[in-house]
Amino acid sequence: MSKVLPAEGGLRRVIGDGHELPDGEVDLTPEQHLDLYRDLVLLRTYDERSVVYHRQGRIGTYAIFWNHEAMQAGSAFALEERDWIFPSYRESAIGLLRGLPASTVLSWWRGHPAGWWNPEKWGVASICVPIATHVPHAVGFAWGSRLKGDDRVAIAYFGDGATSEGAFHEGATFAGVFNAPAILFCNNNQWAISTPVSAQTAAATLADKAIGYGMPGVRVDGGDVLAVYEATREAVARARGGDGPTFIEAVTYRAAPHATADDPSIYIDEERVEEERENECVGRYERYLKRFDLLTDAQVEEIRAEGLELMRAGIAEAEAEPPADPGLVFEHAFADPPASFRDDLAELRRILGG
Amino acid sequence: MAELLLVEAVNDALHIEMERDGTVMVIGEDVGRLGGVFRATAGLHERFGADRCVDTPLAEAGILGAAVGLCMAGWRPVCEMQYDAFSYPALDQLINHVGRYRWRTRGKMSFPLVIRMPYGGGVRAPELHDDSPETYYVHTPGVKVAIPSNPADAKGLLAAAIRDPDPVVIFEPKLHYRTGKAEVPQGEHVVPLGEARVAREGTDVTLVAYGAMVPLAERAADALDAEASIEIVDLRTLKPLDEDALLASAAKTGRVVVIQEAPRTCGFAAEVAAVLAEKAIYDLQGPVLRVTGYDVPYPYWQIEDAYMPSVERVVDAVRRLLAA
Repeated sequence: MSKVLPAEGGLRRVIGDGHELPDGEVDLTPEQHLDLYRDLVLLRTYDERSVVYHRQGRIGTYAIFWNHEAMQAGSAFALEERDWIFPSYRESAIGLLRGLPASTVLSWWRGHPAGWWNPEKWGVASICVPIATHVPHAVGFAWGSRLKGDDRVAIAYFGDGATSEGAFHEGATFAGVFNAPAILFCNNNQWAISTPVSAQTAAATLADKAIGYGMPGVRVDGGDVLAVYEATREAVARARGGDGPTFIEAVTYRAAPHATADDPSIYIDEERVEEERENECVGRYERYLKRFDLLTDAQVEEIRAEGLELMRAGIAEAEAEPPADPGLVFEHAFADPPASFRDDLAELRRILGG
Repeated sequence: MAELLLVEAVNDALHIEMERDGTVMVIGEDVGRLGGVFRATAGLHERFGADRCVDTPLAEAGILGAAVGLCMAGWRPVCEMQYDAFSYPALDQLINHVGRYRWRTRGKMSFPLVIRMPYGGGVRAPELHDDSPETYYVHTPGVKVAIPSNPADAKGLLAAAIRDPDPVVIFEPKLHYRTGKAEVPQGEHVVPLGEARVAREGTDVTLVAYGAMVPLAERAADALDAEASIEIVDLRTLKPLDEDALLASAAKTGRVVVIQEAPRTCGFAAEVAAVLAEKAIYDLQGPVLRVTGYDVPYPYWQIEDAYMPSVERVVDAVRRLLAA
């Protein structure tokens, strides 16, 4: 039986502005609040340092996620360890929240094989570079887990542009039909490189699309880590309880270039960006926590220092990786490589003189 | 031994492999209650239930994309693409993910999925029910491709594909789904991937073929019976290619004609010809000739026979080669 549910119109919000907008609350202990803040700062530090490393020529082209940290950390905080995360390149460092070493993710952006991890070890699928094609993976994983009697949930992250892709449509269709315990998490930062969301769809909101797949569509302030957490927690509970998938549209505004190779000054509204930067998500949560006496300046300093140290160690470790052997070109494509690979490698080694 | 049609042999393999391994599941369009439009999956829904023989939405990329996730959750999905050309939307998943994911995990995770589909023309069907898309698949790294030509191989290659740790694509010659029964080993039967078969021994000319072109090659060999001794190599697996079998036959006869139903340019016959040029040139007594479909959209079925490699075209190629 299909369940046609109306999508929610307004953005969910928890964090106020300390003035006219009142603060809401979520059911987290002071320790959990601190953990969540640590996650936010870790991602922020990863992102800011990565841009520097790119400028220094220490990593390659990098997809910036500045001010997307609340969407990533807030949603991931609502998951259990056994749940799987299917990231796009915008969530390249989300594995850090599960203990994936920074050196691994930095190695990925350095194009070094040490950057390719085992998804089973971390519950984090490989970074999906093509747009939206991992949505059916998350759905298949969630569906397959349910069939096996596991109660694991899968979350797929993608941007607003991804909702125009056929893979999103097919994945969402499957999620609805098979009642998959999946969360389709859209970080609607309103830009797909230079294409605004108004050019992606004529729908009033992206969450409206959820109706067509027979799943609830929830809209949340993507800069509000607690609202994101709360919406995801609800979606996880629905999924684990056998009530199927949820589409979450987290709305923000891209306040940094799409990637290090992008020049947004050609197309973006700089005033709007400035507004967004002043209201960025880490500061919003920090001020919230201070209003409730849950965070001290000393803790802020300490947590920032932790993040910086982790990155310093991470880049050092990534740079200390020995150069990849060209023989790796032939590794891992097949469990049992064809004989031709052996011949190709022998020829390559002869020519390289190795 | 049992006497089975090719489509029955496929069905037999699915029953046996699903019985043998509780993680094997079949997904696709109309594969459940209907048993597939060709009945290749008949009886699976009743025997193994709706969770292991799954009717999916009409979304080929969704089927293959979900199969990637199903592998991650511990399943071995066998995906049916209803027709050859219907598989094109799934190439997105095939190229972007299916052939790359093991590599992406540096060999830590396996993606033991199978894609099987009826392929090829000669069945008087509407447009896009007649294609031979094997080259797209063969060209994709990380993917194996097999094409049976007879019921026993249809069963054995499918079983091998299902047991293989890597993604395997099986093209089943729909023209020969029901053209005749042949002996098929009962119970578990596995034809290893990567092993060609000499379908007929001969000494003058080798016909290299696969799938529906093997029975055609046999008819051409019969037609040439009085003129030449024809050897037929049934490749069975296009990737990995059994080069040893190919080169052995080329060394024996010195003359090779490669037959393929797909359009000519960059088709698999070109790969076979290239391998022969690189590794058998001194054994050859003449050029490697190709008999293939043409570089055109598969034609209206009233004139499809003009497109398809025929006995006459193969005979003509053999005669040209012998006269060279």
